[in-house]
Amino acid sequence: MTRVRRILAALRHRPVAAIGFALVLFWFAAALLAPVLAPFDPVTPLTPFAKPGAQHGGALLLLGTDTLGRDILSRLLFGARSVLVYAIGATVLAYAVGVTAGLAAGYYRGRTDTVLSFAANVVLSFPVLVLYILILTTIGASGLNILLAVTVASAPGIMRVVRGLTLELRARDFVAAAKLRGDGAAYIMLVEILPNLRGPLVVDACLRFGYVIITIGVLGFLGLGLPPPAPDWGSMIKEARQVALAFPHMTLAPAVAISSLVLGFNLLADGLRDPNGRG
Amino acid sequence: MLFFLLKRLGMLALTMLVVSIVVFLLLELTPGNVAAKVLGQYATAEQQRLWLEANGYFDPAFERYLRWLAKLLTGDLGESLCYKVPVGDILWPRLLNTVVLGAAVLAIMVPLSLTLGVIAGMREGRPSDRAISIISIVTTSVPEFASAAFLSALFVFALGWLPGTSAMSGGFDWRELVLPVAVLVLYDFGYVARMTRASMADVMTQPYIRTALLKGLTFRVVVLRHALRNALIAPFTVILLQVNWLLSGVIVVESFFAYKGFGALLLEASLFGDIFLIEACAMVAVVVAVVTQTLADIAYAYLSPRIRFAGGPV
Repeated sequence: MTRVRRILAALRHRPVAAIGFALVLFWFAAALLAPVLAPFDPVTPLTPFAKPGAQHGGALLLLGTDTLGRDILSRLLFGARSVLVYAIGATVLAYAVGVTAGLAAGYYRGRTDTVLSFAANVVLSFPVLVLYILILTTIGASGLNILLAVTVASAPGIMRVVRGLTLELRARDFVAAAKLRGDGAAYIMLVEILPNLRGPLVVDACLRFGYVIITIGVLGFLGLGLPPPAPDWGSMIKEARQVALAFPHMTLAPAVAISSLVLGFNLLADGLRDPNGRG
Repeated sequence: MLFFLLKRLGMLALTMLVVSIVVFLLLELTPGNVAAKVLGQYATAEQQRLWLEANGYFDPAFERYLRWLAKLLTGDLGESLCYKVPVGDILWPRLLNTVVLGAAVLAIMVPLSLTLGVIAGMREGRPSDRAISIISIVTTSVPEFASAAFLSALFVFALGWLPGTSAMSGGFDWRELVLPVAVLVLYDFGYVARMTRASMADVMTQPYIRTALLKGLTFRVVVLRHALRNALIAPFTVILLQVNWLLSGVIVVESFFAYKGFGALLLEASLFGDIFLIEACAMVAVVVAVVTQTLADIAYAYLSPRIRFAGGPV
């Protein structure tokens, strides 16, 4: 409890980080309460091409409807759900793979390190989006495949960070002591080394999380996101792009949504990283 | 230096080989009938079989891969399944369009981000610094497809100043280039500006800057003559690495504005499963990535005399 209170106290002195925190909180609340808040079903067609503020059967279409007549506000709220679920899932999975590979490469060194580092370099020498497109167009776009593609593309970067830190930590006395004590390699990596990586990894995760959200949006925009009827912010922009010059509300609403969510995480990361930032 | 370049060249060849095999295998696993895609949906099963046989699709995968590799070594990229012309005929003009787009982006982004970064970093913590930092966080938070939507709504829908698509169907028109360039500059400048700021702020705390100021030189002279030179080393390499990022952004922007470039081509080829075109695009992407990385390392070593190639990790 004291920890929560300390964070809240810290946020009061950093207005910029507080704004970020508020934006993140807003979208988490929207995602959690989507079934309660959404005025309509996100995939049911109502009146096509309704402008914001139009009526449907006595109910207000606050943000209008899209080309198929689905309520944009409801799609935004349910879209927050899917983007947050997949971004959290992808980030956790990428960290699980990246941290494991990084610990192994940094701790064992030698051949393990050579093989893992070469694999990571091959993936990193490729523009990330090209990698996503190649993976998703061949294995097909679905929720699970998005998780896989994001993991493959982000794990090498995480591995590099962890490997570098592990190389340095394994030479410390506490690791030597653990070895003399007869602890196994897995125990040393997970219990002795891993907890020391927490600080750098938290900041890395915050920035990476914002980037994963952008990536999921981009995939949706390119037609490689969740399959069609699902409310996905990137796909909403893609579907409305053709008519955007006549009905800009259809692209603006999801664009504001994704930008504000990413901005929230980036402002929060900025506040966490800078110990004496005055905001 | 020569050893370093040879090592990098070997690395490039090895990476290209691995990537091409992975791409080939990925496409090999794809369910779907190549013949049906090429011949259209009305082709009979017999016609499809004949086409597959004529094009060697019944040979084992590794044999087809080696045949492609052998042709690649002689400079033959194969034929596009989707466009039914040699891959080179379509790849090089599209690549040129993207180079034009990328050059315009760099020409605007580099001076802008360096200037903002230096202004922010030379007086750390001042309102100007904080303002520039927040602006760059905001612009890097807006994904390219979202800022493309914002800028289109403003300049095309509301003001009517610019065309909404950039297909250049009526020949080259700089007005069609404005929005794609603006979107990429907006997304990318923040990162370079932040790197420049960090580097500049670090240099400004060095003893030789304090000495120069105590000597009685004006702040302006100290910044321009003493600080700038050292502060720009780190951002320079970041800019080179940015080219790789640009390639990703280009795919989104070209697809949003229907600009006929390399990024849009890569997306079309992937969605169609156009194997030789995809392989060629992938090879171009790897070459661009490895060459810019190498240039960044060389430039860094050249600009910063403390780093030498011999022995040190590269």
